[in-house]
Amino acid sequence: MNRELKRVSIVVLLMFVALMTSTSIIQVFQADNLQADARNTRAVIEAYSAKRGPILVEGEAVALSKPIDDMYKFIRVYTDGQLYAPATGYYTIGQGSTGIENALNAELTGTANSQFFEKLNSIITGQIPQGAAVELTLDRVAQQAAWDALGDLQGAVIVTEPKTGRILAMVSKPSFDPNELAVHKTSTIIENYDALIADPADPLYNRAIAGNLNPPGSVFKLVVASAAFQSGKFTPDSQFPNPASFTLPGSTAVIYNSGRGTCGDGATVSIADAVRLSCNIPMAELGIALGSRAILDEAEKYGFNKELQVPLDVTPSTYEYTTDKAQVALSAFGQGSDRATPLQMAMVTAGIANGGTVMKPNLVDSILSPDLRVLDSFSPEVYSDAISPTTARQLTEIMVSGVENGAASNARIDGVSVAGKTGTAENGPDDPYTLWFTGFAPANNPEFAITVLIENGGGMGQEGYGNLLAAPIAKQVLEAVLNK
Amino acid sequence: MVEASPLNPEPTGAMKLLKPLRIPQKLRNRELFLLVFACVINTAAIVLVQLGALRSIDTSLVTLGIGLSVLVFGMHIVMRYIAPDADPFLLPVATVLNGLGVAMIYRIDLAEGDSGWDAASTRQIVWTALAIVIAIITLAVVRNHRVLQRYTYVAGFIALVLLLLPMLPFIGTEVSGARVWISVGAFSFQPGEVAKIALAIFFAGYLVQHRDSLSMVGKKVLGVRFPRLRDLGPLLVVWALSMSVIIFQRDLGTSLLYFGLFLVMLYVATARLSWVLIGLGLFAAGAYIAAQSLSYVHGRMINWLDAFHPEVFGADPGSYQLVQGIFGLSHGGLIGTGLGEGDPDLVPLANSDFIITSLGEELGLIGLFAIFGLYLLFVSRGFRIGFAGQDDFGKLLGVGLAFIVALQVFIVVGGVTRVIPLTGLTTPFLAAGGSSLVANWIIVALLLRLSDSVRNQPRMVI
Repeated sequence: MNRELKRVSIVVLLMFVALMTSTSIIQVFQADNLQADARNTRAVIEAYSAKRGPILVEGEAVALSKPIDDMYKFIRVYTDGQLYAPATGYYTIGQGSTGIENALNAELTGTANSQFFEKLNSIITGQIPQGAAVELTLDRVAQQAAWDALGDLQGAVIVTEPKTGRILAMVSKPSFDPNELAVHKTSTIIENYDALIADPADPLYNRAIAGNLNPPGSVFKLVVASAAFQSGKFTPDSQFPNPASFTLPGSTAVIYNSGRGTCGDGATVSIADAVRLSCNIPMAELGIALGSRAILDEAEKYGFNKELQVPLDVTPSTYEYTTDKAQVALSAFGQGSDRATPLQMAMVTAGIANGGTVMKPNLVDSILSPDLRVLDSFSPEVYSDAISPTTARQLTEIMVSGVENGAASNARIDGVSVAGKTGTAENGPDDPYTLWFTGFAPANNPEFAITVLIENGGGMGQEGYGNLLAAPIAKQVLEAVLNK
Repeated sequence: MVEASPLNPEPTGAMKLLKPLRIPQKLRNRELFLLVFACVINTAAIVLVQLGALRSIDTSLVTLGIGLSVLVFGMHIVMRYIAPDADPFLLPVATVLNGLGVAMIYRIDLAEGDSGWDAASTRQIVWTALAIVIAIITLAVVRNHRVLQRYTYVAGFIALVLLLLPMLPFIGTEVSGARVWISVGAFSFQPGEVAKIALAIFFAGYLVQHRDSLSMVGKKVLGVRFPRLRDLGPLLVVWALSMSVIIFQRDLGTSLLYFGLFLVMLYVATARLSWVLIGLGLFAAGAYIAAQSLSYVHGRMINWLDAFHPEVFGADPGSYQLVQGIFGLSHGGLIGTGLGEGDPDLVPLANSDFIITSLGEELGLIGLFAIFGLYLLFVSRGFRIGFAGQDDFGKLLGVGLAFIVALQVFIVVGGVTRVIPLTGLTTPFLAAGGSSLVANWIIVALLLRLSDSVRNQPRMVI
């Protein structure tokens, strides 16, 4: 009997060895993999239990973590949710995040490598670990003015500082309240998220840098003119035939200027006048003369077709190279397959305003430790030298004349010289227009560059146009920031 | 009644009572020391839970804990009188496991905001008190374990009745798919827990009687002597019983426990490996057929083999609970988060079926190894009875009772750590559940009684 019992004892021992092995594998050897599993809610709770850093605008929090009596310990609160949503984005438990909350998640949670010593310190001292604060470049006056000026229209406004690339205002409408997604009940998050997704106006789109891209229309003429002047073959005074209608080469399609007439009275028209009065036919002719390659090269210097992080992901605007002359003609006045974000057009305008040098747009001023020491700050970065100072000066003159006595007259501000360009882009034969304004002020010493986008025809279908709806918004915002 | 004569003075009642205290009792003193240690560990665990989860100390539960300690020491004192030579490790090990369980159940109550009679920990403490009282009564009533042998077939009958109770209408209830509960009013009980003890007594008595016919006759094939077909009867009966537990009560774990218990006792009694081979073959065949034809068994197999597959994880019932338990264990790592500092309440049934992952999360791998060590110590003390015992019934019963604990730990912990498919069983002494506590404390009492008899009797000269 004892011999059998000895064997049974060995079996029991082996059973416990099996348990020790399985627990060792789970708790030690596989622990890191298991901890990294997205379904492991403990990782989420841990991320939440650390006090997530605030997002600041001019030193005041627009997103912050407040203590709450549940297992996540803190809840994310957005003080002015709708206004700053395009910048802050939202932060949910386990359902993803967007905006700065997503782009700078590591800094906000305190897990970025630069915060290693802070983390170590909190482990040793037993303090609640705390993430870094993120100070945005946004300007409260500019943001509020842009928000107010856009009213109930569907669209976006972006204001930048041409000399530094700092983004002073980033408004997208309709907006949403990130607080609705910051709740701690997953079913509520999903319910609220589904409602936002189902909204036909797509409030979750950040139309300033992403969303469904729009054709830039006439504001793209700045890019084509840039390419023309940079080529050395054309000057603002270069003349083009001035018909009232133009049949696209190799096609039966006919294009017109916006008023269905000629561009001014002459038999020929200069590039300067074509841009000032925003005529399509001379620009189509210029486009064909320049060729798609030259336009593509210039567009890419401004940032078209390129990835960009500000540090939010910016959807690349597009200009497609083509050998089809009809397409080249259409794309030369911002139609065809051209697509652009307001931020992209802001880069074009700011480049012109800054003597041809495009600064990299940036939304983040600095990263601050919980005790407000600067861990990291962003200095202005050159994005590209898109055009020469001469070209920049020539384009500025054209844009100033466009506001003074051209197609952008509604952006005029008494006592300040404003440079601007409007755009009224066609979408489909019966679809509402997309309306644009891009410009800067003061023209002689540019402090602010602004781009306004209005989608869905501004509610006027095909009746509205850039100068009617977009230019006054730009004017209102520029007045607010200039009077600060 | 014998008259006291002057030559042989009858000791007075008071002297009788004092006698065990005056005579040095080495084993009991060792037990006392270990018990004090166990109670210190338990109190510390509860205080740590409060500091971790509440950041303050609440004395109400400590008072209840002291009540329990008093009961355990009461049992110790009773043993000084009625089982002075019993094993000194069994009671302290059971106490510390029981106490750690209470601390963890209390910790999960705190996380879920349960208090008073809604709290599983309060009920667990009351059940523990009841279980210890029943253990003391068992120890007092069963003064000689051989008496139990007389009731072999009664025990068998009781086991059968207990097993069938949950199948009865009105009192039988189904909890998470398994029909193993009876409830009368607010009172509910899992009779299968007590049935395992009755079964161990029945198996021990039956096998001692029939071991000769089961072990001696039969043909030898490939060096292994196989039994005659007609001797297969008992094995087939137990196999059929286990299979019906799977089919009708939908309780895989209990079925495995009963059958494993029978096989081990059969092997120890008959020394015939062929029994084990036939038994394992039968059980494997039965389990395979069950996995093919019963959806709940099939589901358990899939959850076991492919737990992390997103579809299996998201299915209902899928591997969600199992995987959450594993996440909890991995969160604890080597040294654990510390009592009250983890999130064990994220796992469904964190205080019963999955208490081991809760403990693993907060006490770490080190803590789990310590718990495994305690179980091994407990089981080895039971096996010691088997090695040192004088009578075959006592030996078999000791081995059987100890093996119940070992196998139950293996089935539960193996289930939550994916060594074997997950089945619903309670972790002895740790998990929340009154029936299980009562049954396991009866096992403690019986093992104490057996160990006392082993030491009481002069060793047979062989």
